[in-house]
Amino acid sequence: MITLNHYLALGGMLFCIGLYGALAKKNAIAILMGIELMLNAVNINLVAFNHYLEPSKVVGQVFAIFVIVVAAAEVAVGLALVLNIYRRRLESNVDDFNWLKW
Amino acid sequence: MVNVQILIIEILMAVFGLGILCMGLLVPRDSRRGIGYVTAVGLAVLLILAFVMRDASGVFLNSYIIDPFGNYFKILFLAAALLTAVCSFEYVEKTGMNQSEYYSLLVLATLGMMILSSSGELISLYLGLELMTITFIILTGFHLDNSKSAEAGIKYLLLGALSSAIFLYGLSLVYGATGSTVIKQIGFVVATNGASPALVLGTIFLLAGFAFKVTVVPFHMWSPDVYEGAPTPVTGFLSVASKAASIAALFRVFFVALPSLNSFWVQLFIVLAVLTMVLGNLVAIPQTNIKRLLAYSSISQAGYLLLGIVSFSVLGVGAVMYYSMLYVFGNMGAFMAATAFYNSDSSDEIEDYSGLAQRSPLIAAVMLFSLLSLAGIPPMAGFIGKFYLFMSIISRGYIWLAILGILLSMVSVYYYLMVAKSMYLGAPPEGSKTIRVNSSLQIAMVVSLLILFVLGIYPTPLTNYAMNTAVTFFMP
Repeated sequence: MITLNHYLALGGMLFCIGLYGALAKKNAIAILMGIELMLNAVNINLVAFNHYLEPSKVVGQVFAIFVIVVAAAEVAVGLALVLNIYRRRLESNVDDFNWLKW
Repeated sequence: MVNVQILIIEILMAVFGLGILCMGLLVPRDSRRGIGYVTAVGLAVLLILAFVMRDASGVFLNSYIIDPFGNYFKILFLAAALLTAVCSFEYVEKTGMNQSEYYSLLVLATLGMMILSSSGELISLYLGLELMTITFIILTGFHLDNSKSAEAGIKYLLLGALSSAIFLYGLSLVYGATGSTVIKQIGFVVATNGASPALVLGTIFLLAGFAFKVTVVPFHMWSPDVYEGAPTPVTGFLSVASKAASIAALFRVFFVALPSLNSFWVQLFIVLAVLTMVLGNLVAIPQTNIKRLLAYSSISQAGYLLLGIVSFSVLGVGAVMYYSMLYVFGNMGAFMAATAFYNSDSSDEIEDYSGLAQRSPLIAAVMLFSLLSLAGIPPMAGFIGKFYLFMSIISRGYIWLAILGILLSMVSVYYYLMVAKSMYLGAPPEGSKTIRVNSSLQIAMVVSLLILFVLGIYPTPLTNYAMNTAVTFFMP
């Protein structure tokens, strides 16, 4: 029997993996992918809470859809910025973004 | 019955922002300078409308709250956006940025702040936060030909997305622990059921997310880089308005949804306020770039704002509201002066400000008095603001915190006056000319300077307004 706690554990693990990826990776695109994992962990949480606590209302599912939409917008802006800086320096490694003091 | 008409200001803002974008496509390239003027006039009209409608109240579909508290912050955002738009005219034209997109994003960022500060529900709060953040990311990286701007944009994007993922995880836990996303409903559930571990964890995540937006130490690392790299008017707007918007949302979440946990989160805020005031003020001392200096100074200002939250009282809310309003004029004054200087000399280094008082008395005076207001020297408005903030925590018994804050204000006078020393006592560089400032920027600088003096000498109308609004917010 799969309970709410299983889903929350999955969400928590996915969140930690994403956080590790975002903090440890050097490539800007890999960092964005780590952040996507964190957002998907949030979606699992939201949908699981919705299913086990209040299946009649769909607040959690609606929230998850909004998260997906916003994440897409964020990635669109992010890739545009990475592309702009890559054209300038042929580089997407964040360690080399050191024109400003980090 | 859906009462759409109470959302009139937000609807007008959205239409206006998109209208500017379309206008950029219709107007020929050589006459796009007019778009800036249209934006400024439109924002001024909306500012007057928001001021006239400041007592409006109502709730839209249980999730969006129009109340005097939110309206106060709307006036603040529109004033800041208006000053930013006026400040941008020459800067945007000189740096060759796309005008219609720039002004459109400016208006949409303001709309995001309005939604953030007025939403009474977690989903719309999140949407407002992201609308504000994503538009600011684009504005930060807007100067495509400048590597610093591109780099600042990408740093803001990566750290901002990371912080909003953490914030969202907090939101999901709060939703799970209380079964609702309506802030008032969460307040009821928490008051009757008490705190669960998931709720406490969610609160900490939410705190981290807000602390990032308000640039609270240790979540401040992004701000000096982003402030230095972003176009100067954008930096000014980012440092005043996005901070005020996040503080307003923080009030709504912590004071309405989680007041029964206050003994827990007040402790966290005390630690954060002390760290922020100490680090912001001390690290500002060795800075040589005016935008980095103002970044660290705005970190320390965030520390003072947290004092009002620590006090958890009507006086504290009112003090934060008053302080953030005059912070708009103090900080925007400094950034307008920095923009005017950049327009002529293309430099942000403090050593280049040497002898500025002889080259342009107006820029030097606006910079000096804005910095004095930020430092809290009477008769400038900043003194009254800090006075109320310190009074609010003293009335709750945190005398040591007030003494620490006053001591650190003294430290801040030192680095603010280093800029003044360079401007007034230094000699102008060889062969430098007097600086011409365009008339609209001149008017904006003089107006914000006058407001700082008037609020410092005769603060009663604004303090009464802020305190009365705080009462309606805190005890509905």
